[in-house]
Amino acid sequence: MAKHHISTTINGEPVEFLCNTEQTMLDVLRDELHLTGTKEGCATGDCGACSITVDGRLVCSCLMLGVEAEGHSVETIEGMADGDQLHPLQQKFLEYAALQCGICTPGFLVASRALLERNPNPTEEEARYWLAGNLCRCTGYDKIIRAVLDTAADMRGAS
Amino acid sequence: MYAPSFAAPTTVAEAVQLLANASGVAKVLAGGTDLLVQLRSGILKPDLIVDTKRIPELRTITSEGGGYRIGASVSGAEAGEHATLSRDWPGIVEAVELIGSTQIQGRASFVGNLCNASPAADSVPALIAAGATVVIAGPNGEREVPVEEVPTGPGSTSLAKGEMVVAVKLPPKPARTGDAYLRFIPRTEMDIAVVGAGVCVTLDEGGTCTAAKVSLGAVAPTVLVVPDAAAALIGSKLDDAALAALDAAARAACKPIDDKRGTIEYRTKVAGVLARRAAATAFKRAGA
Ligand SMILES: Cc1cc2nc3c(=O)[nH]c(=O)nc-3n(C[C@H](O)[C@H](O)[C@H](O)COP(=O)(O)OP(=O)(O)OC[C@H]3O[C@@H](n4cnc5c(N)ncnc54)[C@H](O)[C@@H]3O)c2cc1C
Ligand code: FES
Ligand code: FES
Repeated sequence: MAKHHISTTINGEPVEFLCNTEQTMLDVLRDELHLTGTKEGCATGDCGACSITVDGRLVCSCLMLGVEAEGHSVETIEGMADGDQLHPLQQKFLEYAALQCGICTPGFLVASRALLERNPNPTEEEARYWLAGNLCRCTGYDKIIRAVLDTAADMRGAS
Repeated sequence: MYAPSFAAPTTVAEAVQLLANASGVAKVLAGGTDLLVQLRSGILKPDLIVDTKRIPELRTITSEGGGYRIGASVSGAEAGEHATLSRDWPGIVEAVELIGSTQIQGRASFVGNLCNASPAADSVPALIAAGATVVIAGPNGEREVPVEEVPTGPGSTSLAKGEMVVAVKLPPKPARTGDAYLRFIPRTEMDIAVVGAGVCVTLDEGGTCTAAKVSLGAVAPTVLVVPDAAAALIGSKLDDAALAALDAAARAACKPIDDKRGTIEYRTKVAGVLARRAAATAFKRAGA
């Protein structure tokens, strides 16, 4: 079967790509568009390393087909910093050393940003539940949660 | 090489035609949180995938005659954000919100949960307890059936070739009615039910139960309706005798499997406990 021609928006820019039906959005991002910031941990929806937003909604890109992106607006980790200016969450993850090997980090950042957009003042419990679909084998989660809650406090103070 | 076709119709009629005319295996794609896992693992090799998320009526929740019509592709996150659904049917919303993580919630639908036909599907006992029905469209028009008539065994449903679910319908909620769903898993998130229990009750003005429905998940090849458990509640104010009878009826209905999540004995015991606890919450929500 011929490849599908898909027109979409990725990190605010119009993007076109070709894909087969069975290629996931994760495959498309990494293998076709070379946006390799989005990671594959499990490919079964369990780890959250592949987190992206589609029309503002947090999803696993490993459980979405590339063809489904037609006409939608996708945000990936590559769109998070503004040029050299890191997003406050990225800055805070560095300050708190909320990462070690780093493979889970793009997913945590994308998921955390989606949380703070909806809820600028999450409790620790709300943050932990929101991020329950993001797995980290290195940090023990505590530094990640503290970085997210501290970013939220800073962002509330700044606005 | 394996290369399935893909279609994203914008009307139910078009979707039904695609499904009915497909040669080989055709699969509906809603949130894909079951379908894509099966596709990637090679368990399933559909020849045609029909994405139903571009059909507007499948994406909305509407109030209908005092009840609700939930489009078949509405995600759990959308159901949770709806202004009045969780006020009216808290058990149904708490059940769908137990599915997976935030990411899974962004895509997973009630109907995908139902049509994947896992005995442990979390939203299904809650829908059954509430008396929900599904509207099915097919080559011969539409039909409406109770939710419990859809799954026929692990992974199989009563839908015929060319048929698809277009909506879940919740009846108008009678006065003094409450529903609840509880599941037991060994951790707090991201696991499959060892047992799930959905209960819905209607009380009279004095607080006596006049109608009830009880449904259990993960204790048999399909989600169960347990009429004896409902009978134990009807006529009672949920006193100790009614709770004991409910517990016994729930345990008696179980035909579970032994697996790494729980033994037969354990699942059976937990089914009784969860039925009691879900009944207590349902009574409280009904205003007892
Ligand atoms: C990490 C992870 C965690 C999960 N946790 C849970 C959990 O806690 N509890 C739980 O119950 N489930 C869980 N699941 C399973 C899954 O998320 C749910 O069953 C979900 O509700 C499926 O909905 P969907 O819209 O993604 O379905 P899809 O994957 O799109 O479809 C599922 C099946 O239903 C069929 N189907 C879909 N729509 C229709 C329609 N309109 N008409 C006819 N057939 C249709 C499809 O063809 C397919 O066979 C989990 C899955 C993952 C990956
Ligand atoms: S790679 Fe998608 S959830 Fe793990
Ligand atoms: S930093 Fe290594 S998995 Fe999270």
